[in-house]
Amino acid sequence: MRAADAIVKALEKEGVKHIFGIPGGAIIEVYDALFDSEIRHILTRHEQAAVHAADGYARATGKTGVAFATSGPGATNTVTGIATAYMDSSPVVVMTGQVARSLIGNDAFQEADIAGITMPITKHNYLVTDEKQLLKIIKEAFHIASTGRPGPVLIDLPKDVTLADIEFDYPEKVDLMGYKPKYVGHPRQIKRAAELIMQAERPVIMAGGGVILSNATEELTKLAETIPAYVVTSLMGKGAIPETHPLSLGFVGMHGAKYANYAVQESDLIIAVGIRFSDRSTGRLSSFAPYAKVIHIDVDPAEIGKNVRVDVPIVGDAKLILRELIRFIQYKQRKEWEEKVEGWRKAYPLRYRKDDERVKPQYVIEKIYELQPDAIVTTEVGQNQMWAAQYFKVHYPRQFITSGGLGTMGFGFPAAMGAKVAFPEKTVVDIAGDGSFLMNIQELATCVDFGIAVKVVILNNMFLGMVRQWQELFYDERYSATCLRCKEMSFEKIAEGFGAIGMTVERPSEVEDTLKEAFEIDDAPVIMDFRVDRLENVYPMVPAGAALNEIIDKEV
Amino acid sequence: MRHTIAVLVENKPGVLARVAGLFRRRGFNIESLAVGTTEREDLSRMTIVVSGDDFVLEQVMKQLNKLIEVIKVSDVSKNSVERELVLIKVAANPQNRGEIIEIASIFRGRIVDVARDSFVIEVTGDEDKINAFIDLMRQYGIKEVARTGKISMQRGSKALQV
Ligand SMILES: Cc1ncc(C[n+]2csc(CCOP(=O)(O)OP(=O)(O)O)c2C)c(N)n1
Repeated sequence: MRAADAIVKALEKEGVKHIFGIPGGAIIEVYDALFDSEIRHILTRHEQAAVHAADGYARATGKTGVAFATSGPGATNTVTGIATAYMDSSPVVVMTGQVARSLIGNDAFQEADIAGITMPITKHNYLVTDEKQLLKIIKEAFHIASTGRPGPVLIDLPKDVTLADIEFDYPEKVDLMGYKPKYVGHPRQIKRAAELIMQAERPVIMAGGGVILSNATEELTKLAETIPAYVVTSLMGKGAIPETHPLSLGFVGMHGAKYANYAVQESDLIIAVGIRFSDRSTGRLSSFAPYAKVIHIDVDPAEIGKNVRVDVPIVGDAKLILRELIRFIQYKQRKEWEEKVEGWRKAYPLRYRKDDERVKPQYVIEKIYELQPDAIVTTEVGQNQMWAAQYFKVHYPRQFITSGGLGTMGFGFPAAMGAKVAFPEKTVVDIAGDGSFLMNIQELATCVDFGIAVKVVILNNMFLGMVRQWQELFYDERYSATCLRCKEMSFEKIAEGFGAIGMTVERPSEVEDTLKEAFEIDDAPVIMDFRVDRLENVYPMVPAGAALNEIIDKEV
Repeated sequence: MRHTIAVLVENKPGVLARVAGLFRRRGFNIESLAVGTTEREDLSRMTIVVSGDDFVLEQVMKQLNKLIEVIKVSDVSKNSVERELVLIKVAANPQNRGEIIEIASIFRGRIVDVARDSFVIEVTGDEDKINAFIDLMRQYGIKEVARTGKISMQRGSKALQV
């Protein structure tokens, strides 16, 4: 069998239903084989978007996303997508074409050492040098991408390999000497954790993306209720507990609610689950949760003790460990702590100044939430992302999809496409900034072409808003290179030019009706350009390098 | 502080680049690195000397373990036999030849090449011994030094195996 056909057959065996990508000379054989397959290929208009879409697909479903690109520039275009997936532990398999083996190393036309380039941003990668290894490699790639701590895996396919004649003997099992993720937590450590929890007076659970990846939201919520303990999440952890739950304090960190940050700082026990204590979540590490002991549950042993000193480390799968842990916990009321936290919650709610004249970005998001609380929400990066995180209350896992670790502008739109392809019946909204949306705007063509009816809500401040906010607060309002002077530019017309639907909103009174109208449309992509208050800032804010309780806020 | 770690890896192309890349990316310092095959042809063994405190050591070991092609990582800083081999080309003349041969023999070195005006001497030992020997050779004029980097093996019956 032609290796290219074997590749497609292997993908079918892996249960792949959708592939995002762009063909080219080096991968043309594989595309030829794909022509006869049931697998639906979505031709994106940029390879970066193909990987983001596969990533969004993976985050929405939990299944491994797949992207294709050709050699050279096609492959290098995938780099940002791969790095984004890597930082957020998303299972993605990227297959790239490569020049023929005999040409590798000769600087042949469209040759790039993509395996070398992506070494530090993939969980693992392969250059297939022997066609007899091809199927084993594909099997391994899917296994590695989706197990343990998930992540992207790249397979580089020299053109002559895809042409080779091979036997289709797809392996059933994977046996990797050096890769055996540990899932079951150490029983003694779990008991020790339970003891600490029972002794704690001010316990706080910090939940990260690992809870979502391990499908442990039910267990996490149950643990919170059993203790009881308040729950804060990282940006990636949104959805680990319904944010409408009385024990949820939303997300923690730079733009988390004050009550979330105060709770962490005052707690005497942090129960960290699938969270890696990034600087955006912890603030200045030396002042982080000074009174707290720390229990850290993570499937990746390297995360434990990397940033925060840990008293009880538990390596393994969050779901399995939490299930065990709950068995040792008895409910214990902690009245004083509860009153304290509820006091903060009441005193320091998330808020913004309402306005009848200018559209407040927070208001737009509140309205989206009101109208479509079950929508899958993706975000771009910047203020839009933080407002979305603050004002859209996530209530189920995989509902909120954002580039947390890498902070990739341009991620949200193609990620929304991926989510929509996975769940055509669901409303999928990309909450965007004008700057970010421009970074993958070409995907409007893909959406129109394939009838991917995503909604894009542009909170258009004609600024690189988040950078401008930093310049306002920390650089004496010296707005160096952050103004996107585009008054004349119309996203509505751009959308129409692509064959999508465009809408422009300038007044608060039009917000709700426009959203309603847009949400009624389910056969075409809709781009809504909300001309928002240009100088609105995201508050509260913990400046970079400050402690979590050193918060800047503004009177409302 | 310096630590010596032994790393058992799959004998595949690219593994060395992966390990070296990891050290660079995470900001760990490699002082020496030696690679060779093992009792199994599908496995190689690296001996890496890193500098850093215990925290760095722990991170190095954990991050190495995450590489798919890394099979085992072990801290062999303590209770181990350590060896390094050096080849030194040293200038020699009729006046000092005897002296050099004598010093080499005290270090159990071997003269592996003799030319009219130089020797190549091979010495094996731990780092201190090799440093001492190199120091002693300086007075005669060292032309070239090549060191293998340290390899290390724990004493006793415990073995680094799959
Ligand atoms: C690809 C990329 N380039 C640059 C940045 C740095 N950056 C972070 S936020 C931001 C501004 C984003 O502007 P916009 O998309 O308009 O969103 P806003 O903050 O205005 O909501 C920039 C430039 C980034 N995160 N990603």
